[in-house]
Amino acid sequence: MSDSAADIDVDQSKLKISDEIAIQINAMHKWYGSFHVLKDINLTVNQGERIVVCGPSGSGKSTLIRCINRLEEHQQGQIFVDNVELTNDLKNIDTVRREVGMVFQHFNLFPHLTVLENCTLAPIWVRKMPKAEAEEIGMRFLETVRIPEQADKFPGQLSGGQQQRVAIARSLCMNPRIMLFDEPTSALDPEMIKEVLEVMIQLAEDGMTMICVTHEMGFARKVANRVIFMDQGEIVEQNEPEEFFNNPKSDRTQLFLSQILSH
Amino acid sequence: MSHTDYGETEAVFTPRPDLPPPASTVGLVGWVRSNLVPDWFNGAMTVLAIIALFMVIPPIINWTLLDAHFVGDSRKACKPNVQIIRDKVTTQGTMPDGSTIEVQATADRIVIPEGVTPNVRWERKMVEGVVRAKGREYAKVVVEKDVVIEGACWVFVGIRFDQFIYGFYPREERWRPTAVIGIGLLMIIYALTDGLPHRGRVAMFLLIPFPVIAFFMFSGGVFGMPHVDNAKWGGLVLTIIISSVAITGALPIGISLALGRRSQMPIIRWFCVLVIEFFRSVPMITILFMALVVLPLFLPAGTSFDQLLRVLIGVTLFVAAYTAEVVRGGLQALPKGQYEAANALGLGYWKMMRLIILPQALRIMIPAIVSLFIGIFKDTTLVQIVGLNDLLTMVQLAVTDAQWIGLSKEGYFFCGFVFFIFCFSMSRYSMYLERKLHTGH
Repeated sequence: MSDSAADIDVDQSKLKISDEIAIQINAMHKWYGSFHVLKDINLTVNQGERIVVCGPSGSGKSTLIRCINRLEEHQQGQIFVDNVELTNDLKNIDTVRREVGMVFQHFNLFPHLTVLENCTLAPIWVRKMPKAEAEEIGMRFLETVRIPEQADKFPGQLSGGQQQRVAIARSLCMNPRIMLFDEPTSALDPEMIKEVLEVMIQLAEDGMTMICVTHEMGFARKVANRVIFMDQGEIVEQNEPEEFFNNPKSDRTQLFLSQILSH
Repeated sequence: MSHTDYGETEAVFTPRPDLPPPASTVGLVGWVRSNLVPDWFNGAMTVLAIIALFMVIPPIINWTLLDAHFVGDSRKACKPNVQIIRDKVTTQGTMPDGSTIEVQATADRIVIPEGVTPNVRWERKMVEGVVRAKGREYAKVVVEKDVVIEGACWVFVGIRFDQFIYGFYPREERWRPTAVIGIGLLMIIYALTDGLPHRGRVAMFLLIPFPVIAFFMFSGGVFGMPHVDNAKWGGLVLTIIISSVAITGALPIGISLALGRRSQMPIIRWFCVLVIEFFRSVPMITILFMALVVLPLFLPAGTSFDQLLRVLIGVTLFVAAYTAEVVRGGLQALPKGQYEAANALGLGYWKMMRLIILPQALRIMIPAIVSLFIGIFKDTTLVQIVGLNDLLTMVQLAVTDAQWIGLSKEGYFFCGFVFFIFCFSMSRYSMYLERKLHTGH
């Protein structure tokens, strides 16, 4: 288990949770064909929460967060994001996607556009922002992720860590209220994981609502206010990080933790 | 206690300086080693190839250039202006049974008339022949005689050049196609050259208003330009018209069909599959005949529908179906993550396609699309079977002209050369684009 977040300082006083509900999932089920991937998911996320979702591969954790911005469709139950229900209504989907940013394991930057163009594309074409203003915002978020000097390069010329930071900046340019991270550091070399985690911690300190699928347990301990453990499409256990790591209740959680923490 | 020696480790790590590569892998020596003689088999291939080139290239250069006739206004200019005198010579012949016999044979001798500079080269050669000996039997003989070296008669191509280019377009109106194609070509070059301002606008002008302007220029009937019926359009101009209409029309239609084939809506998907599969499963010649013969059956009686237009529609849809499949391949080659990232940013279907997916898919597909277009440029020669006079048809008409009989080599060589120029430039441009886009990101 790598612990790249070990020597990053987190200002706990900045991590605040409001009473406002950001995401509400009620009795949600999802099937891929006849395969039941998500079973009776109930989850409420408040504004400002940092949630880490972990679990073995195939447990449905990525599918869960992909349902939150409708990259995957759920077949039963309800999902509300900022009180907008996700249905087949394209208008609602658009509204939700504007409010929810997503960062992928493989970055998914647009290789034919420069770093800055990657950042300004959605503000210009979705938010109808003038180009100059979008570029200003793009540069501001590239500074947030500490790579303003790479603005005119193409994604293929950057290292993995830099690409992931651009991907984070690209999402931030849409000014989202919620950020979803789908294993953001799994495709990175150890030296680069830290630079991405630093940016994510900074986001948390700025009050961003985050749901993060990750195996970075150091990050979970320091930043998350809640850790969710999933297996076979179910939420098996959720708790505060201290309690979750030191005192897991389910035997499945204990087994998982013993496997990932033992090395 | 055993101790393994791991060598000395410096306390401070200093990277070693870069050294130049071994001399045998770079420069001329390196190039020859890696490209011509990497091993004995390829070395032998290189030698064989060089020998083959030596055997093939000099005769071609002699025929096309050194011994060719360029100046003149009739076939006479290509006839040798030297006198060929047929001498009777006595020589040894070999009878079928192997015995030798003295026979009379003829041998050509070339004499330069007074005050004439010979316009051909000849060489003295030992030529084998057969002569009659002893009544009914024949004997093999070898005589030494002058043989004229044949060269191309470009005078023929020169005189027919205008017809090859313009077909039967009236002579005094030929500036019109010249202007349209010249300006079009200049604008294409401008739009394809990197770093020039307003390239996009030039390209848009080429795509939208230019074809309309071109049509009125070709057809006339406006601004005091006399009307030229499109039955008179022909030659290289017609080849260019058909292929450029097919190519510019096929790209948007093909992209739409490709997107339609991947649509979630069944009716659109089935329609697109039907169109694509129909046009891909039928030979182009059949399409041309159908455009000519079958299409009028579906139209209301009495509507006459221009023949060239019907051919253009047929060819365009044919190319569009192939383009659609190429584009679909490009769409499938893109990682799913690109679609997901675009969706996650809130881009709708059309914006995602226009800004993210198609630019990348078309880049991947450039080589395939260009080779499709090269193929279609060559396939336009098929229109002669429905009675249109493209470049090849004009050449064929010319070589069957009684006055120029026997000069088909020159005609077809010219035709092939023109096609080569066009296709080779397209191919080079696609290679250049590929290189550029490959290093671009």
